[in-house]
Parts: sequence; structure tokens; C-alpha cells
Amino acid sequence: MVHRVDIIPKKESRHTGLINQIKDSGIGKIFEASCRTVYFIESNLPENKIEEIVIRLLIDPVTENYILARGFFAAPPQINEILVTHNPGVCDPVALSLEKAIKDLNVPVATARTARWYKFDGLSVRDIEKLAPRVLYNPLIEHVLDYNKVKNLSTLSEFAGKDYCFELRSVDILSADDNRLMEISKQGCLSLSLEEMRIIKGYFTARQNNPTDCELETIATLWSEHCCHKTFRGIIEYEERDESGAVVKKETINGLLKSTVMQATNEISHKGCVSVFHDNSGIVDFDAKNNICFKVETHNHPSSLEPYGGASTGIGGVIRDILGTGCGAKPFANTDVFCFAPWDISYDDLPKGLLHPKRIIKGVIGGVRDYGNRMGIPTVAGAVLFDRRFLGNPLVYCGTLGILPKNKSFKKVDIDDVVVLCGAKTGRDGIHGATFSSRELDEQTVALNSAVQIGNAIEEKKLTEALLCSRDKNLFNAITDCGAGGISSAITEIASEHGVEVELDKVPLKYRGLSYTEIWISESQERMVFTTKEENITALKEIFDEEDVEMTVVGKVTGDHRLRLFYSGNKVAELDMDFIFNLPKLAKKAAWQIKKEEDTKVGDKKSYNKDLLALLASPNISPKDWILRQYDHEVQAGSVLKSMAETGGRLGVSDAAVVRPDLKSRKAVVIGMGINPFYSDIDPYWTAALAIDEALRNLISCGADLRRTYILDNFCWGSPQDPETLAGLVRASKGCYDFSTYFKIPFISGKDSLYNEYSVEGKDIAIPGTLLISAISVIDDWQEVSGNNFTQRGNLIYLVGKTKPELGASQYFRNAGITGGIVPKVDKADAYDIFTGLSRAAKKGLVASCHDLSEGGMAVALAEMCMGSGLGANVFLAEAPVSGKLLDYEVLFSESPTRFIVEVVKRDKKDFEKTLKGLPFGLIGCVDDKPDLMIYNKNSKPVVNESLAKLRKAWTGTFKEFQ
Amino acid sequence: MKPKALILRTAGINCDKETTLAFELAGAEASLRHINYVKEAKSLSRYQIICFPGGFSYGDDLGAGKIFSLELLLWLKDELKAFIGKGGLVLGICNGFQVMVKTGILPDADFRQKVTLSFNDCGRFVDRWIYLKTKEEVRQFVKQIGETSPSAGWRGRRTRDEKKETKPEKIWTKGLPEVIRLPIAHGEGKFLAPQKIVKELEAAGRIAFRYCDDVGGIEESETVNPNGSLRNIAGITDATGRILGLMPHPERCMFEHQIPDWHKKKTVPWGLRIFQNAVNYFLLRKK
Repeated sequence: MVHRVDIIPKKESRHTGLINQIKDSGIGKIFEASCRTVYFIESNLPENKIEEIVIRLLIDPVTENYILARGFFAAPPQINEILVTHNPGVCDPVALSLEKAIKDLNVPVATARTARWYKFDGLSVRDIEKLAPRVLYNPLIEHVLDYNKVKNLSTLSEFAGKDYCFELRSVDILSADDNRLMEISKQGCLSLSLEEMRIIKGYFTARQNNPTDCELETIATLWSEHCCHKTFRGIIEYEERDESGAVVKKETINGLLKSTVMQATNEISHKGCVSVFHDNSGIVDFDAKNNICFKVETHNHPSSLEPYGGASTGIGGVIRDILGTGCGAKPFANTDVFCFAPWDISYDDLPKGLLHPKRIIKGVIGGVRDYGNRMGIPTVAGAVLFDRRFLGNPLVYCGTLGILPKNKSFKKVDIDDVVVLCGAKTGRDGIHGATFSSRELDEQTVALNSAVQIGNAIEEKKLTEALLCSRDKNLFNAITDCGAGGISSAITEIASEHGVEVELDKVPLKYRGLSYTEIWISESQERMVFTTKEENITALKEIFDEEDVEMTVVGKVTGDHRLRLFYSGNKVAELDMDFIFNLPKLAKKAAWQIKKEEDTKVGDKKSYNKDLLALLASPNISPKDWILRQYDHEVQAGSVLKSMAETGGRLGVSDAAVVRPDLKSRKAVVIGMGINPFYSDIDPYWTAALAIDEALRNLISCGADLRRTYILDNFCWGSPQDPETLAGLVRASKGCYDFSTYFKIPFISGKDSLYNEYSVEGKDIAIPGTLLISAISVIDDWQEVSGNNFTQRGNLIYLVGKTKPELGASQYFRNAGITGGIVPKVDKADAYDIFTGLSRAAKKGLVASCHDLSEGGMAVALAEMCMGSGLGANVFLAEAPVSGKLLDYEVLFSESPTRFIVEVVKRDKKDFEKTLKGLPFGLIGCVDDKPDLMIYNKNSKPVVNESLAKLRKAWTGTFKEFQ
Repeated sequence: MKPKALILRTAGINCDKETTLAFELAGAEASLRHINYVKEAKSLSRYQIICFPGGFSYGDDLGAGKIFSLELLLWLKDELKAFIGKGGLVLGICNGFQVMVKTGILPDADFRQKVTLSFNDCGRFVDRWIYLKTKEEVRQFVKQIGETSPSAGWRGRRTRDEKKETKPEKIWTKGLPEVIRLPIAHGEGKFLAPQKIVKELEAAGRIAFRYCDDVGGIEESETVNPNGSLRNIAGITDATGRILGLMPHPERCMFEHQIPDWHKKKTVPWGLRIFQNAVNYFLLRKK
């Protein structure tokens, strides 16, 4: 029997948020809308028992009432009402919690489900049908309950299907010709090329029998772009052509990653690197007791389809990377970086099949917020960028930092260790990534191919507690996470050097009917795999039971270098580890067309007040405090410098975030990032150089030291099948190598996401080549951290670093619609010395505050330092160190890298200048308590002359509708 | 002897470790335990202080603190009653406050829910620093409950406080300046209660903290009152003053560096004092 509970607020208030959201989607009518939470409980208990459950669990007696009824609907619904619920197999965390609470009450097994009820007055059925999937639910994960389909339904069970009946399947590839091989790859969604299929055929021909479906799936998963980064490991035939079309350079690159990013790390051979490009994240030295580790992942495609679920499983996945580093690290901070399309596009202009940017923005932020906050990991740093080309392909970068004891930094797997799967149960989540289909809950629902994944943070939080406690009691010796490919990649990787046997029927399942292959490749969230000695199982069980987390022995490490899978005693797969991990290298072509840069110049203006206000209001510059405030950025109590903070009603932004990962140590970690895809439109080589420079600038201005700094790369690019796009990726990788070695900052980890394209009316639109550089630095004492806003009137203002007329792809030129211009370039003549010089000055206590110059250049940086402090400034352009003769706007808005505004107390003038001797710097002005930003040109005319109030109004007004 | 503090956690509680550290720094012997452990052991009598830390117990599914409070009622109600009856101190921070309210440990320790912490007016989770007023015996509120207009008359009317007899002991807020800064981080922190109860709480001096501006003015604007709480209430005590629940996080103000502008001016991390007050309550009483 199904019981329905509607929760009714005692004091009904107008659902203004919901109404505005609907109006936004283009409904021009006057209407009212209301919404309620609905629960379904399936149980054979008498009604009064159900009522007791409702009163004890579902309502807040101070604010809520309820209506209890039988069945999904007490009566046929009105035409202006809809009831939205999850699709079968889609995780419903609230229902799981409700089931747990009902169990606490000692009530015999009951199942539960949640739904949302909406009612609209003043809208037609057609209006409701049109708006509902636009704003109220996502058909990939939810659907509207159809009264006629469920009126006679008396169960919540989603799968009336039978138990799985074992049948071993094989795929005939031995007799297949090339055409048939490709058919097999396509039909099975294997994404294997003909060349790869031929190699697979060769392997099984030698073995003299056909592969089982499971064997073929295993190879396809482990050879996928996602699992093994074919492009970065393959062979690239690279050439450069000049403007006349003549080839000026030709090169064969054998392993792009190995020869650029990893090569740089090898050459630098930094003594702080503990484990790099090897484990699930990069591990570096922290103090005598602990190491720290860092990983950044992308979750772009899932976030474009289901922003909330995509972003939450993105953050959930990267947290598991940290839990799966060494013998398990404790996550202590999250980072996130998003690239979205501007949100001013009308719903009617939106290409079919795409979600509106507003919905993507809110969904992604909500996903990171709800998952990160529930995990108790502070989300401390990030960035958000806007460009129209991200319309079909938003980028969602999620990063996590962890801390782990020195003696837990490496895994050790031994023969005869048992393999343990722990965490959530396994379902059909994410099988074959994008081939899912949505189905409705009705009498006919018998099978489900796959489900879009929704994160369940509490499951992962419990898992984290159980694992870290077991780690500290030395109860396991190796661990890894279940990510892409699920246990198929986790178990084969953890046992890759030995061999392993797995009994697939031991895996705990969410529901009946999964085949052995589905169990093996399911990507269900919140699961980890570890190996341990058999005798530890009892002690482990005790810990996992206390935390209410499931753990099951599913296999054993063998010594025969083979992967063997069984289902109820039947062997369903047997493969050589050497074959699985020795994937073929494929060759791709890359062709770069050298473009000549144009030194575009425009005339100078009398006043730049307007331009500065417009810059401050640009979505890329306007502060994202409205996002940070939704994140619990202070949990774990280690916050030293917040990315943004309000003091005395004034908002101030920081260049980086600083966190103490261990509250018993004075050491702190500085976290910053660099990203600017717009330079890629001119040359991705400089995109890379500038992203590295920006990430380092952000750390230096908070007091970090280059010698204890490490970086991560995350490439998001278009299709590598396109030679020009691939050439851009090669250029960026080369930039990474050149500037990593120049600054002597090693890469410790990285990840790439390719094929970020979408088509509109048959035309493919690729994202701009986007490289995120995330940087961390270890500081000996948190007290050495400096802030990024002015502190005291009368203090001196220095500009450190040389300004050049570099406005190509700058925010100023983009605002003005100018496409030409010289792209900024990192100057190897003095960049390194500027960084180390400033670190020295900071260490000596000569820096009162410091802020780097990035988008919008010097004028924006000065405005930010003023607004954050409430203090004004008087600045003289003529004193800025420049290269050549610059126009006023060039000094104000150039984006030349390696530059800082530094605030120095008067009495430190001599010491500061002595410390920076030989480097380009200029004393450009002083801090004033009059709240105005005054910038004078060489003729002593004020070219900027604006009150802080007006600057602040422009700066903080951009995201009003999201606040 | 150091007083013993029990920090009680369950699935989804996430401020437990730093809250344990705060009690340790304050001089307590702190034990962090899962409710599944405590429900078997049923031994609350060895502790002097019990703390419910912040987090998202069971994801706050079914409402903030709801399932954790159900478990306390099912498994530890008698033990908690005995503990409170014997004069132990109880502290609930953020989710812990929500749990205490839904268990009925606050306001009256009779295990009946009378007040609640509901969704913030802005409709979502907010993490930011706010100002709290820690004293109110010398000020009286001109505004009466039930009025909805912004309260210009709340600020700074000084009159003599006449009722003195039933004031609870100021245990937790002892030695705090009139206005302190702490961060909040919650989605459901709007204090709501029937008028009668609020009047009683105010009359008995049981409002421990109110959201205020930087000089102690009580205004209802969102910048001052971040969640729309009735009468700007951020924390309350029971009639004895031994049980405190508050939405802001004192454990996020136990080190100087946690305060946003620490590198600009010298500031005192007043949050730690709240934990020290609990420890001193036992240490000083014995002498």
C-alpha cells in the first residue's frame, strides 16, 4: 500500500522565487504558483502507525501541517497541478534518509520516495507543459507522475523485473571482417577505433576463442580516452606553417604529456615532490609528519546535461581521488572553477537540446554547494569566466586538497590480499555514459538501461570517516577510488602488478536484475576499493558498522598477472594484465598556422571613469562573493585568508585562499589559480605561460615562496581530430614545459578533457582552448600571510613589473569589441626575479599589502584595493615602469603579466627599494583616507577621478539576479 | 581535574573535530564519539559537558537535525534527562542547536519541541561573519512582538532593568564584550517560536545572543539579521543557563587567523572564551 503525505506550511507565504523563475523563462502572463514537498511511503502498517511516522519524522510541529492520503493521488489532479518525482534508478538521497529513520523507529521494512507538487493559477495546461521541463525539473532525472498510469499502482518498487538469470554471452570477433569489427564497436558503445579492434581481434585469435561481452567491455573501458588519455599519450605529427603557407617546423611528438608537462617535472626534480603523476593525486612535502596532495578534475559533459547532478558528482569524484591517494588522505579544501555562457540569451534563441545558462549556473553552483557543504570540506577558492562559446559546453573544474601522514603516502599490494569494495550499493548508474534513456514510473517499468548520476554526499561523508579511521589503525595497505569504469578500472588498476580474481555476485546491489557485465562497469557513486590482509576484516567490519557503511570482500589478489572474473562460480572473463595495460599508441596530425600579431592602437580619452566602471562591472571581474557565501568556506576551522570577506560592510577580494590543514601545525597552504582562455584565440602557447604566471602571482601576493610552490594542469579542449585544435593543445603543452622549467615549479598532477564541442544547426562550435593552472605553496607560519587590500592612509603605492602595450584579448579590448592587439608575454628576463624579490620583501615584513594585476590591468587592481579597504589612492601614471612610449589607456588597462601593486609603509621605503634593486618598479602614489580613486596622467590631468561608492556600485551590481 | 566533555557526532556532522579541539584548548578532556557507540555504552554520567557540534546530520534530509533528534529521543532520552538533572552543561552549535530544539532539550529541557529553526529568509545556505550582542540587561526593546515594520526604535534606549530575581546564571557568555563577531554557516537558522514563548524567554533573560550591527544596534535588515530570526535571536539558554544553543560557530573564532581582517588589526578570538567559560564553570566552582 502506498501512502502519500503532503507537507503544508502553517503560514502560507507567496512563492516569489518560484514565480520569478517562471517569469524569467518567458511566460508573460500574470499568475500565482505554489509548491509543496510530498512523500510516498509504501508499507502495510495500519494508518495510525503511518500517521505516527509522519508526525515524528516529516513535519516541523512549529511551522508545518500535513495531509495523509492513500495511493499516489487521493483524487484525479486538477489540470493546473503537477507532481514531479525522480526517474527509476536515480538516487533520491532524502528517501534513503527517510528509510533509515523509519528503520530507527523499529518499523518493518518500508520504502519511500519524494516528490514535489506544483499548482499554477492563471496558466494554461500548455503553459505548464512548456515551462515545467524548462524550470521545474530535468527530464533526464525526473518526470511528471501520470495519474492514469499510477492510479492503480500499489507499490513504489521501480523494477517489477525478475532476478537476473545468468547466461554467459560472447561476441564473435574471430570471424568478423573490418566492417563487422566497427559495427561491434558502434553497437556496443565501445568507442574503439578499427585499429584497436584489430589488435583486440589479434589477441583473441591467439587465444583461440571469442571474448565474452565482459572481456570486450573491460578492454573498451580501460582503453577509453577518459581512462587512459590516448591523445596525450599517443603520437602527434606536428607542423607549423607561416603566413605564406610554407612549413617552417615539423616534429614527431611521442607522448605529448611525457615530453612536456612530465618532462618539466623530471628536469626540475624538486625535492618536495613525494609522488607525482603516479597516484590518484600529486603528493608533496608539508612538514615532518605529513604530506599534502592535490587533484583537479573536470565534469563538463555531465554538468551540461544535468548541472546539479553533474557538478555534485564532479566534486564527489575528486574527493574520492584524495581519499584514494596513498593509503587515504583527509580532504581539507575544495576549489572550483566554472566557465559559463553569458546568461542574457533569451529562451527562444536557445539552440534545441541545450539548457539555459541561468539554469546551468544555478544548478552547478547548487551542486558544488550541497555536496561540498555536506562533506564538511571548505570550498575556499575558485573563479568564474564567461564566454558565449561555453553555451553548449560549460566547464566545471573541481579540485580537492588532502593531507596524509608521511608513512601513508604509498600503497603496497601483496599477493593473497583480499579486495574489499566499500560505500554505496551498485546500480545501473552511468553505464555507457551517454546512452541513458529516461523512463517513467509506471506499471510497465521493467528494465532500465542506465541512470544519470546524482551525488549522495552523506554516503561519501560516512565512507570518509570509516576509511580514515581504518587507515589510522593500519587496517589496509592500498586504496583507490571508483571513478570512470567503476570497479572494472579500480580493481584492475590496484592489482595491475599482480593479477586478481573477483566474484561479481558478491557486489551488493541497489536492485535486482543487473548482469555480471553491468555490475563490473557500473559507475555508481560513493564507492571505493581497498586491499588488506584477511585477518583485518573483523576489525574493519566493526568500524564500518559503527559508521553505518557497507563493506564486502569481493576478490583476491593473485600472482599470475591475470584478471579473472566469476559470477556464481562461472568464469565470465579472463584477460592478461599486460595486454589490458599495454594499449596501442595511435597517431594524430596537428597543424599550427602562425598568425602575425597586429599592434592595434586607439586614441586616448580625457577621462577613463566610464571605461573603468564598465570593466569593474564585467562578469569576469565583478566579484563572485554571492557564490562563495553559499559555500561553507570556513568548516574545519583552518581559514587564514578567505577569497572574499566583508569587513565593516565592505567587500574585499583576495588573490588566493590560505588554509591550515593541521590545526596543530603553524604551517599553512596557499591556493591560487590562473585561467584565461581568451588568449588562446591568439596563441595557446601564451595562454599557458600566462596561466602559470597568473597562478604564481596570486600566491606571491599573499606571501608565498616560489621554492615551495607546485602546480597542476587541466586542459579543456575541442576535438583532437581537428589538426588545428590539436596543434593548439601542443602549443599550450609546450608553453607549460617552457615556463614550468623557467620558474622551476614542477607539475604534480593533471587531467585533460577533450571533445568539448557541440553542434548548432549542423555547425560544430568548440570551446576556446582553456587551460586551468592550479597552484599551491606551503608557508612556514600563517602569520607570514599578507592581505591584498590597502591598510593605512599615507602608505606608499608601488607598481612592480614592467607595463607594455599588451592589450590583445584583454578585458579592455574585449569590452570595446577590438579583436587585434599584442598578446601579453611573460618576460623571461625578469619574471623570476620579480617573484623572488617580492617574496624576499614580504619575508622581511616590508609589504603592507600586495595585489596582482590581471584582467583589467592596473586601474582595476587599484580600484579593488581601494574598495576592499575603504581607502582612496592618488596615483601618477608617469611613474609606472613601462617599455616604450605608452598611451594612457595602455598603462591603465594593459594586461602585461608579472606585475603587482605593493603597499609599503613610509619608513620601509629605503629597505623595500633596496630589496627590489635592479628590478622594474615605480613609486606611483600613496594611499589616502579620502574615499576616491584619483589617477593622473603625465600631464597631471586626472584621467580617473571616481568615488569608491560609485566604483563599488558598478563592481557589485552585475550578478544582482543571482543574489 | 579537567572537566570531561563529550562531543557527540553522527553521519553528516562535520564540525566535530574542531569543536573537540576547542574544548581541548579551553582545558577540557574531550571525547569525540559516534551516537552508535554511545547508544550501546549509555554512559553519559562520566561527563560534565555534552556538545552537539555543527554539520548536516543525515544530510538535513527531512529538515535540519530532524533524524539525529529522533535518534536521541529513541536511544538516549533518559540518559540526557539524568545528565541535565545532575547539573551538566549542554552546548549545541548550528546543527547541534537545531538538534537540541527538535529534541526539546531547548528551551525547557522537557523533550518537547516548542520552537524551531526554519529556512533562512533568503532561501539558501549562507556563510558569513555577523555581529552578536551578548548582553541585554540594561536595554529594553521598545518594539513589541507582532509589529512587522522595521524597528527604528530598537537601538540603544537605556532604561533600568527591574526584574532581577529569575535571571539565569550567565555561564556561557561570561567575560564577553557587549558585541562580538562570529561566523554563521547555515541554511536553516531562522528562529521561530510562538509569541508567548518568546516573551517568556526575553523576560527571563534567556536570549544569549542577538544578531546586531557593529555597535550593538538591533535592526531587522538582512545585513544585520542574516536569516530573518524572530527578534534577531541567534542563541538561547534554558532557565538555569546551563544549556546553550546558538547558530553562529564559536569554534570558527578560536584562532586569530580565522577572523577576516586579522592582518589589519589586532583582534581577539572571542569564540574560544565560550568554551573556556564551560570549563571554568567546573574548575572555579570546585575551589
